[in-house]
Amino acid sequence: MNTISPPAFDAIEQGSSLWHDAWLRLRKNKLALLGGAVLLFMIVIALLTPWIAPYSYEAQNLDLGASPPSAAHWLGTDIFGRDLLTQVMYGGRISLAVGFIATAVALLIGVTWGAIAGYVGGRVDAIMMRLVDILYALPFMIFIVLLMVVFGRNILLLFLAIGAVEWLTMARIMRSQVQSLRQQEFVEAAVSVGLSPATIIRKHIVPNALGPIIVYTTLTIPSVMLLEAFLSFLGLGIQPPATSWGLLISYGAETMEEYPWLLIFPGCALTLTLFSLNFLGDGLRDALDVRGSKD
Amino acid sequence: MLRFLLVRILQALPVIFVVITATFFLVRSAPGGPFDQEKVVIPEVRAALEAQYRLDLPLHEQYFAYLGDLAQGDLGPSFKYPGRSVNEILFAGLPVTAELGLYALMIALVIGVAAGVFASLKPNTAQDYIPMSLAMIGICMPSFLLGPLLVLIFGIWLDWLPITGWGDIPGDKILPAITLGSAYAAYIARLSRAGMLEILSQDYIRTARAKGLPEWRVVTQHALRGGLIPVIAFLGPAFAGLLAGSFVVETIFQIPGLGRFYVQAAFNRDYTMILGTTVFLSTLIVFFNLVSDVVAAWLNPRLRQQFKGGSA
Repeated sequence: MNTISPPAFDAIEQGSSLWHDAWLRLRKNKLALLGGAVLLFMIVIALLTPWIAPYSYEAQNLDLGASPPSAAHWLGTDIFGRDLLTQVMYGGRISLAVGFIATAVALLIGVTWGAIAGYVGGRVDAIMMRLVDILYALPFMIFIVLLMVVFGRNILLLFLAIGAVEWLTMARIMRSQVQSLRQQEFVEAAVSVGLSPATIIRKHIVPNALGPIIVYTTLTIPSVMLLEAFLSFLGLGIQPPATSWGLLISYGAETMEEYPWLLIFPGCALTLTLFSLNFLGDGLRDALDVRGSKD
Repeated sequence: MLRFLLVRILQALPVIFVVITATFFLVRSAPGGPFDQEKVVIPEVRAALEAQYRLDLPLHEQYFAYLGDLAQGDLGPSFKYPGRSVNEILFAGLPVTAELGLYALMIALVIGVAAGVFASLKPNTAQDYIPMSLAMIGICMPSFLLGPLLVLIFGIWLDWLPITGWGDIPGDKILPAITLGSAYAAYIARLSRAGMLEILSQDYIRTARAKGLPEWRVVTQHALRGGLIPVIAFLGPAFAGLLAGSFVVETIFQIPGLGRFYVQAAFNRDYTMILGTTVFLSTLIVFFNLVSDVVAAWLNPRLRQQFKGGSA
């Protein structure tokens, strides 16, 4: 994708055919398509949950207690007689929201940082990327646990903390993209007509670096969701009364001997979503012809 | 090579310093002191306690005193377990966590490399798809789900293996090691497949084949060395991940290791313990990243060259 430097008049046509080619390649990859479809399904369910959930979120039925899957409760109920399907749906809202929002934070910081470092170059670049190197070496998992302990378990902090960890790779990818793009003639042309660096980055560099960014974003979301689930499992993430898949798995693990469905169904929901995102990401990587963006 | 090593060590030192400083001030800025408990402490006792833990000094003096202790390898006393030092607790937990991590890493390397190399020999056939699909499952199945599932299946339903403890009953180390290692096995399988595919398409491999070497010698003697560089480079981060993963696995299987102590310290707000563990684990991780970088550079002459040319 960094080999084309089309003359201005047919730039739009060229650009769209590039995306068209990618779409054609993606369409052949059944696993990636299936991943995309499952993901879309999960997102739609999450968005509609307040209207389509079979029971209300708070509804308890203490007389019923924990019951295995049945016609009234498709996924069974937990020890308080709460409908597990409803719990999983509401948990999915939070898990997906954390995944998308924290990734968006990472995307914003990483792309900006990498674009500036790559475009300005020289000493600024050296300092900015050395900082990334140092942060890279920090054991972030331990730091996030520490942050959650010190500042209490609040969801906003969770977004920020996870986003702050994940932007580093994004910055590196963006920088290497920008470095190769800024050598090209269309950027030179943009400079020659007097556009400001900010405009050039926004209008010319970022759109051309979109492929790797999209791929890496798709692969960042599952790792963020895993991180959230990990923290929630340890009791350091999402706090009741809110719930997430990680938290449901943690409850399920406590009582799995008697009520295995409480572990298995939330586990399936999380694994299936991570699966879809990874397959979609891999498929996009092949379709957009992005090499080893993560490793 | 010596210069590479030296520069890398010089780069690692500020990281460790940043970790110590950031952790110290983070922990000290936490709302609520360690002695804010339900029961009221007599002022004299409180003052004595604060003096003992140097909480009566100004913050910067506490910081320098802590740095001084650290330089002598002393991580200070534990807040929650009076009479025990953080050093003692850490060194009780370290061998357990190290053993668990070692087994997990061995499982990950043996299974991961074998599966990855196997898949790379016949790309885009069943020999490739089957191990790689399994690897994808391994990546998507988090340890806190895999662990309980394994316990449920092999510990409870089949009743083959013990489900908690460490070294008490024979076989109780199997499930934790598998739980911790599987995700890394999966990741290593993907890395070694990608690395091998790239190397196997290079000219010198074609040359080796053209000379009439049997395929297994082409693979073992020519391709593996280059093909496994990504795996070597991954070992540093993997080590960090194994330590963090041990939080979960040790909690699930009730293993008295570092991870469990850390999580407990976090819940107890045992600040000196959190501080000490963070500093200790971070130093370990930085050290292992350093080692894996150096080994990767040693294996890959091109990386060394690039280093000499550029970023120094």
